[in-house]
Amino acid sequence: MTSLDKSSGLQSGDWVNVHLPESTRTVASLPTAPSGSRALRNFLTNPAAIIGVAYLGFIAVLAVVAPLLFPRDPFAIVGQPLLWPGQLSNFPLGTDGYGRDLLTGLVHGTRVSLLVGLAATALSVSLGLVVGALAGYFGGVTDAILSRITEIFQTLPSFVLLIVLVAITSTSVTMIIIAVGLISWPNIARLVRAEFRSQRQAEFVTAARSLGYGHVRIIFSDILPNALPPIVVTASAMIASAILMESALSFMGFGDPNAVSWGTMIGAGREYLRTSWYLTAIPGFAIVLTVLAMNLVGDAINDALNPRLLEAR
Amino acid sequence: MALFDEVTARLDSGGAQRLLRPFAIVGKRSLHAVPTVLGIVVLNFLLLQLAPGDAATAIAAESGAATEEMLTNLRMQFGLDLPVVTQLFHYLNDLAHFSLGISPRFNVPVTQMIFERLPGTLLLMGTALVIAVILGVLAGTVMASFAGKLPDRILSVVVLAFYSIPAFWIGLMLIVLFSVTLGWLPSGGSGPAWSDQTGFAWVLERLRYMILPAISLGLLYVAIYSRITRASMLEVRNQDFVRTARAKGLRPREITFRHILRNALIPVTTLAGLHFGGILGGAVVVETVYSWPGLGRLAVESVMARDFKVLIGILLFSSLLVVLVNILIDLLHSLLDPRIEGL
Repeated sequence: MTSLDKSSGLQSGDWVNVHLPESTRTVASLPTAPSGSRALRNFLTNPAAIIGVAYLGFIAVLAVVAPLLFPRDPFAIVGQPLLWPGQLSNFPLGTDGYGRDLLTGLVHGTRVSLLVGLAATALSVSLGLVVGALAGYFGGVTDAILSRITEIFQTLPSFVLLIVLVAITSTSVTMIIIAVGLISWPNIARLVRAEFRSQRQAEFVTAARSLGYGHVRIIFSDILPNALPPIVVTASAMIASAILMESALSFMGFGDPNAVSWGTMIGAGREYLRTSWYLTAIPGFAIVLTVLAMNLVGDAINDALNPRLLEAR
Repeated sequence: MALFDEVTARLDSGGAQRLLRPFAIVGKRSLHAVPTVLGIVVLNFLLLQLAPGDAATAIAAESGAATEEMLTNLRMQFGLDLPVVTQLFHYLNDLAHFSLGISPRFNVPVTQMIFERLPGTLLLMGTALVIAVILGVLAGTVMASFAGKLPDRILSVVVLAFYSIPAFWIGLMLIVLFSVTLGWLPSGGSGPAWSDQTGFAWVLERLRYMILPAISLGLLYVAIYSRITRASMLEVRNQDFVRTARAKGLRPREITFRHILRNALIPVTTLAGLHFGGILGGAVVVETVYSWPGLGRLAVESVMARDFKVLIGILLFSSLLVVLVNILIDLLHSLLDPRIEGL
């Protein structure tokens, strides 16, 4: 419980000397937060953000047009096995132990990574929003029960739980998305709960209540918009970690056997680590670049929405 | 329990028993954790009931051929044919007697299996965390001292790259570099099968096996700690007591370490506690890469073998570790800043 209480940063009686990152972000959502256009300008003048967005845009396009650019099945055996990158111009990135084109696999792999990243984050943000909003808005018994459940999920080692969830069900991309979503919602829930706790007694909420607005309307159209900036920042970090989790799962052999993913490619390339290490290095590099771009964008969003941190720079 | 109540009552009334305070914190926090841990047991138990297959089918599959009759016998032997609620009750009863049950696969107590693997994992995690805290706080301090200048910018990008590298991949790449190409360090295992080294040489030999896995596991946390250290140092730096210290004419280095860093360490330790569960998960992957004989490998092996008794045991045990670490962190906080109530 203590860990949850600490997250509600700005509560009276709390220790205010040093804030946790969450509570620092709470400040961003108070009316002092920059207006949308100023935040956007902050974001667009950040070179790291531009690089990140450009790279992610490129990856996204690649994921969409992958079947057009590389119509061949990524599982198809197309040439001699274990050709090094550049050895044959037909296969610029070489071939794997079965003679499958590495470039085709890499491009098709973007689809799985981006899909898992986006869908799992969407799922966990929705879950976290509902749990956090209910707990923070209503308080009392609802809060006690929901906070306990959040705490249970936070105490369980999440990656072990993830393996269990995927291993005991069918290993498909859908199941991976659901499992990653299920283990990553507590962070959002804590954040949303803290926001709602600090704002449910705010004047504009009291005003809305006296106008006879229902709970649903107050939650979604009055409090939630104020809580959005920290949620956006956290969500962008969650996409990156969802991509990492999917790759780790696939590497361990718990991935979807019918879809090519970067993690699966690394897992398969591990057999040839001593001789053909490019099989491991190339898909891994793709993961690093994508996750790095995602994190650059996440950082830039944080800077743009959080004027306090910007001043500190 | 009575002792605990008395302790808290005395604290509430007097507040002078500063010596007793750590015990009160531990007591109250442990009590608080009981429903969470119970919830974890019940949740895991129900979750694993959803799984297709059980230990009986896994054992039957391993033996090659099995009749329906044998399966029924096996299930009866393990109590797998009983209703779920009864099984759960039996399990909770076992727990009340400090037993995690017996693995049907190996016919060995789960507690014994866990304790055989635990030292390996704790050693790996401990080394990784120590590396991460030292490097992270160091990098964070440098970044905060040069905030906005070139060293800060460069380190920020390096650290963000660390944050984006999957542990299993950097593990494999380190093997390629240090084991395959250079041949300096072993590529897996926790030590040689046979060794005549003793004393310091033995420690060094062990260290050679530890260094690559610990770096792979710790890199992500270097990134996390340096970023938090940087942010919280920048925040503390502008506060009144630091201004006072500066006005008193204290040397900058003294201000950085005594006043700023000490206060900035509080969020670092809080997050270190929160990450403990995560680093356990990371250990699973790193142990797979380096075939390190730890708890994580055991977890994966038991998932594969549908040995759910062992699996629940590991999940429960790791959760208990997380709870324990969080209590210790609370204690540490009350040491770092006496104003913190810790409750």
